Amino acid sequence: MTQMTMIGAIQNAHDLAMERDENVVVFGEDVGYFGGVFRCTAGLQQKYGASRCFDAPISELGIVGAGVGMAAYGLKPVVEVQFADYMYPAYDQIVSEAARLRYRSGGEFTCPMVVRMPTGGGIWGGQTHSQSPEALFTHVSGLKTVIPSNPQDAKGLLLSAIADPDPVIFLEPKRLYNGPFDGYHDRPVQPWKKHPMGEVDPGYYEIPLGKAAVAREGQDMTIVTYGTMVHVAMAAVEATGINAEVIDLRTLIPLDTETVMASVQKTGRCIVLHEATLTSGFGAELAAQVQAECFYHLEAPVLRVAGWDTPYPHAQEWAYFPGPDRVGRNMKNLMEA
Amino acid sequence: MTDTPALSLNVPQPACRPGDTPDFSSIDVPAAGSVRRPPVDEQPDAMRDLAFTIIRVLDDEGNAVGDWADSLTDEEVARGLRDMMTLRIFDNRMMTAQRQGKTSFYMQHLGEEAVSCAFQRALNKGDMNFPTYRQAGLLIASDYPLETMMCQVFSNEADPLHGRQLPVMYSSKEHGFFTISGNLATQYIQAVGWSMASAIKGDTKIATSWIGDGSTSESDFHAALVFASTYAAPVVLNVVNNQWAISTFQGLARGGSHTFAARGHGFGIPSLRVDGNDYLAVHAAAKWATERARRNLGPTLIEHVTYRAGGHSTSDDPSAYRPKAESEAWPLGDPIDRVKTYLINKGLWSDDRHKQAEAEITDMVIECQKRAEAIGTLNSGHAPSPRDMFEDVYAEMPAHLVRQRHEVGY
Repeated sequence: MTQMTMIGAIQNAHDLAMERDENVVVFGEDVGYFGGVFRCTAGLQQKYGASRCFDAPISELGIVGAGVGMAAYGLKPVVEVQFADYMYPAYDQIVSEAARLRYRSGGEFTCPMVVRMPTGGGIWGGQTHSQSPEALFTHVSGLKTVIPSNPQDAKGLLLSAIADPDPVIFLEPKRLYNGPFDGYHDRPVQPWKKHPMGEVDPGYYEIPLGKAAVAREGQDMTIVTYGTMVHVAMAAVEATGINAEVIDLRTLIPLDTETVMASVQKTGRCIVLHEATLTSGFGAELAAQVQAECFYHLEAPVLRVAGWDTPYPHAQEWAYFPGPDRVGRNMKNLMEA
Repeated sequence: MTDTPALSLNVPQPACRPGDTPDFSSIDVPAAGSVRRPPVDEQPDAMRDLAFTIIRVLDDEGNAVGDWADSLTDEEVARGLRDMMTLRIFDNRMMTAQRQGKTSFYMQHLGEEAVSCAFQRALNKGDMNFPTYRQAGLLIASDYPLETMMCQVFSNEADPLHGRQLPVMYSSKEHGFFTISGNLATQYIQAVGWSMASAIKGDTKIATSWIGDGSTSESDFHAALVFASTYAAPVVLNVVNNQWAISTFQGLARGGSHTFAARGHGFGIPSLRVDGNDYLAVHAAAKWATERARRNLGPTLIEHVTYRAGGHSTSDDPSAYRPKAESEAWPLGDPIDRVKTYLINKGLWSDDRHKQAEAEITDMVIECQKRAEAIGTLNSGHAPSPRDMFEDVYAEMPAHLVRQRHEVGY
């Protein structure tokens, strides 16, 4: 095993995928020579040449649209949208094109493309560097949506996403790029090298899409979450002493319903937790499914803890971000419900 | 107090509305043969003039003249005439089939047959078109089976798209015809990406991109031109200016400010403007631009100047927004009549033979239609299975779709 940050793990996944399959091409804004504003593609252009890893004009629709065309040709484009907040110009290409090529062409044309985008808040990013738009992708038939919470998963899931025959939206919580973050913003942040999940297998491996991980086993309740919130949930468990089971979904679509339902049927209580705004967020889908599948096992209503239904603010960052205190408060309420 | 006048909004209006006498005096039609043909490696700056004129080969008497003539043999022109006639007759039959309730929707090509039929003849097997919904001539000119096109229009059991797509949204990888999307302009940048892929792999294939005058207003048009120019992509960017986007005249896409071809120059892309009702001119321009792309000299933009003689679709009535006789006043005439005259002048064709060919093609199209209708039409009970509705969303059907499919009973 080797020490890697999430950035290093993502860079390494690109490197291995490009080495393994010469049809893998990587491009986006500042992705080529400079190696990406977050360094996730550092050194790739130098190693594989400018026709395999290159800079793109500032046009998200152009980047994704060109990627769709390349995928239809037979390449495996891995494209980057610099921030998930800036994916909206590409949304038509993602929803109307990438997601539907296979379906509308009767399988003649396919789109084996990965669209990577840094997501999530907790970094003083304000309105346009903090959003979590995953529900805008999970609502779209034909897309797979992935969001890792640690370096080992980030690498294995990205390698799976690149090998996958379907278009994959790969959301990277930028708050977790350099180290885990449990929501205690007033404490020093630990780097990945001091965390067991900073140990990454240096070789090629895949973590299958559609398989959740149980981040922590417990009996009292189930917390279903993903991304940065996995670490927040763990901190809240420690702070409250409530023996919760924490499930890191890793893939939102396809959803690992078996792992989620088995856990809730065991614990009888469930919190769904995400940074994204509450209303029509992915938590609503999770809550509805848990309610339908686990109705006779539930001892309390399914609780949703999420970002407020406001644009992501700047100065009010920590009143917005669902930190361990808010999660812990909800856990206590749920135990008493 | 200010001494400047009150501001006012400019909302462009077409020269004529229903009841007016059609007026195309604003369109400057140069004489056939008057536009030079530069070498394919000419620098964009040295050929700016070609974006502000109209390349024409066939003159008013039906003779082929000038630098752009002679890109086709007599046999090829005769084949072109047949392709265009087939497309027009196919359109007629499908328009009627829609009126008879055999399908829900159709879009015809009336007056624009030369554009797609002629362009396809400049492409090689393996090249890829990224068409709109009004380039079915690309399929016909590459010998795609008419019966299969009809099965798509009828959404029957033999529809290769399993009834999932609206009529005319064809797809055929084998015939270099990319799956049509209802979302306008999206394919324009995809064609650029496809051609970049060909360049990345050191391939010899090229792509062509298609868009209408109205859809040039979409952001994808701009993105495609930037990417094509930046990466010198082997793509031909076609703009089919048929003067109308449903009820909206091309001036609303600011075609009135300049030509659409001129937009290529802002991106450093060589641009041609061609008589879209002149089969020979379209082919010659297509040959020039595809040769540029194949020789790795980069993209070309071609504006095809034509006129949408029919309604926008079976759901549209153009008499509500333009003069009824406007298509008759169109100065570039009818593409089929012009090639017919050319072949008659050369002693290769006659009115009688034309009538005979019309009858033969009609019989052939009717035969195809009978076979397609025997398989099924939209409301005849031979639709694809609801089971097909769940296939191809993903490469492998995920569990939640399997559950939903079971719920429907399949």
